Amino acid sequence: MENQFIYWLANPGLNHFLMVSALLFALGLMAVITRRNVIMVLMGVELILNSANLNFVAFSHYTSLSLEGHMIALFVIIIASAEAAVALAIILNIYNRFRTINVDEISNLKG
Amino acid sequence: MELQLYIQLALITLALPFAGFLILIFTGKRLPRNGDWLATGLISLAFLLSLFILIAKLVWHHNETITSSLNWITLNDLMGPSSIEFGITVDNLSAILLVVVTMISMLVHFFSIGYMKGDIRYSRYFACLGLFSFSMLGIVLTNNLLLMYIFWELVGISSYLLIGHWYEKKTATNAASKAFVVNRVGDAGMFVGIMILFTSFSTFTFETIFDAISNGELPFESTGWLTAAGILIFCGAIGKSAQFPLHVWLPDAMEGPTPVSALIHAATMVAAGVYLVARVFPLLTADALLVIAYIGAVTSVIAATIAATQMDIKKVLAYSTISQLGFMIMALGVGAYAAGFMHLVTHAAFKAGLFLAAGSIIFAMHKALHKTNDHHTDAQDIRNMGGLKRKMPVTYWTFLIFTLAISGIPFTSGFLSKDEILAGTLAFGIMSGHYLLPVAAFLVAGLTAFYMFRALILTFHGEHANATRLEGVEESPKVMIIPLIILASLSVYIFYSFNPFGAASGWIFQAIERPLSIVPVAMQPISNLLFHNVVSMVHSIAMGLSILFAFSGIIFALLVYKWKKIDADRLANSMGMLYKGAFHKWYFDKVYYKVFVDGILGFVKGLHKFDDKVIDGFVNSTAGVAIHLSNISKWIDEHIVNELVTLTAWIAGYAGEQLGRLQTGKVQTYLAFMVFGFIVLFILFI
Repeated sequence: MENQFIYWLANPGLNHFLMVSALLFALGLMAVITRRNVIMVLMGVELILNSANLNFVAFSHYTSLSLEGHMIALFVIIIASAEAAVALAIILNIYNRFRTINVDEISNLKG
Repeated sequence: MELQLYIQLALITLALPFAGFLILIFTGKRLPRNGDWLATGLISLAFLLSLFILIAKLVWHHNETITSSLNWITLNDLMGPSSIEFGITVDNLSAILLVVVTMISMLVHFFSIGYMKGDIRYSRYFACLGLFSFSMLGIVLTNNLLLMYIFWELVGISSYLLIGHWYEKKTATNAASKAFVVNRVGDAGMFVGIMILFTSFSTFTFETIFDAISNGELPFESTGWLTAAGILIFCGAIGKSAQFPLHVWLPDAMEGPTPVSALIHAATMVAAGVYLVARVFPLLTADALLVIAYIGAVTSVIAATIAATQMDIKKVLAYSTISQLGFMIMALGVGAYAAGFMHLVTHAAFKAGLFLAAGSIIFAMHKALHKTNDHHTDAQDIRNMGGLKRKMPVTYWTFLIFTLAISGIPFTSGFLSKDEILAGTLAFGIMSGHYLLPVAAFLVAGLTAFYMFRALILTFHGEHANATRLEGVEESPKVMIIPLIILASLSVYIFYSFNPFGAASGWIFQAIERPLSIVPVAMQPISNLLFHNVVSMVHSIAMGLSILFAFSGIIFALLVYKWKKIDADRLANSMGMLYKGAFHKWYFDKVYYKVFVDGILGFVKGLHKFDDKVIDGFVNSTAGVAIHLSNISKWIDEHIVNELVTLTAWIAGYAGEQLGRLQTGKVQTYLAFMVFGFIVLFILFI
């Protein structure tokens, strides 16, 4: 059993990448849901995006010889940077309006 | 002369006054002199035509009946086909009456030119005269009952228009309505009678009905119905000829202009009833004729007694007319057919003359009153007259001739016809045992002479009530005097018979023969031959009595009013109830007013109460019920429907409130829900 695990660790394959990606996703989601600071939330979103990128690249590497996955990952990185810029602008506006970036205090959507 | 020519000429005669009516009613006011010359000219032309028809008829086609008709309506019903004809008949009866009507109408037209001068509705007056002449000629010429009924009603409406000519006067409009309504009572009976004949024989034409009855067909197979039909048709005559008990309209009709009274209410329209009886004479049974004779007798006695007490000159003449019409009706009833008809012709002349003379007097009185600025004295009251003989000689002498004629003095036309009627009545009384009829007839003959001379003496003799007023009285203009002179000359015996003591040899008796009765033998009146024999037997007695009664009436009138041997007031007092009753017109008007006017008003008031209390109450209670119902409905609305709506809203609100709690407003919570939902979906579907 222990050997099997060590063997599995020693022979990295698709599953390993997927595991890392899942961990990254979970950590990103965790950050998005629990962090109170909007900047931290944004960083969680970046983590989730990167976990998706990792999946793309891993699937691309282990399943076909084409570079489609890499290409999409590159696109995602570009769009993520744009998104980060937009998100930062929104955050700035939120700060200007509410004088805070604590998500708990911004609850105008409350029914 | 072609027979068809008679029909054409008669049609033209009929059309002329109608053309005058149409032209005057639409363009009268724009014509020079308001068109009086047109109306007068047309009626004069009609008179010349009808005179030609009469002479030609008597000379060339003495015993023929000329009829022409065209089919108007054909009906197909259960009784078989029946056709309504549109036709005219020219026989001696209608030809004579044609001349009478057009002649009187023409003279009245001329008289009216003077009398109505300056009237505000001058052209309308002449238009109505034209309409009246047209309808009267229609009655005379028609050959069937339906057309006769139509013209009958037209006569009624033109009479209504002319009585109400001065409709600013309340009394005139009342009199017009009264005449119309009272006539309608008689006409209703007449219509029922016509319909009895129509349902039985499917035709309105006289000849066809007479043929059917003489073939033994009877309405509803019974002689009783035949008698009823005769009496019901006679009801029309009761209305138009002002017979008891519908005579009340005629005295009131004197509210119309005096020439109208002369034309309509003395000479022609009231003669229509007599003409109707003469037309349907063959189908009248002995019983029906007896009823007719008694109604005529009662009418003439009642009217003669009233005439003897009246003070208004036109009222005297009106009641005298009713009395004379009763005479004619009685003559027809007893079977003195030609005598009754002849009295119609002679009476038309002298009674129209009397009315025109009265019109001339009233015209002069009005002028005289106007000169003395007197607007209160009644120009028609004979007590305000007297002594007019000197001032109005022509009117006086013509009035005297008319009075002699109506009183039945020898050498006048009235004597001829009245004498024949009295002889006929006497003969009938002897043969049938109804002695009341001749007694009534002679009584009326005496009374007629009395009241006419009373009016004559009070008007023309003695002293005038006011000397300055008398100075203002002057003779009427020529256009009014000449018709009087013509009518006065027509009141002389020579125009009717060359023998002043016997009408039987005159042309009217030659032209008019009593038609054979066509009813079943058992129901026939006394036959013509037998009747004639008895009449010729009693004729000299009747003549002697007639002259005796006439002269005693005149002498009595002279005694009371001229020589003042008997005081009129004391005479009236000694008569007691008899005088009072006659003076108050035997209370007919009062009783009719109480029974019909008050009765109907009472009935209407009752209906008003019923409306007020019962129907309004019902409506009000319906409203109450509706209010109660809507209150209940309101409660249901407020407490059930509204509550349900509110409840729905409350549920929605509550649900929203509860669900709203989920919306924390924290983005991260939403995300958590999203992830949670995604996981649920993931588990469920993969």
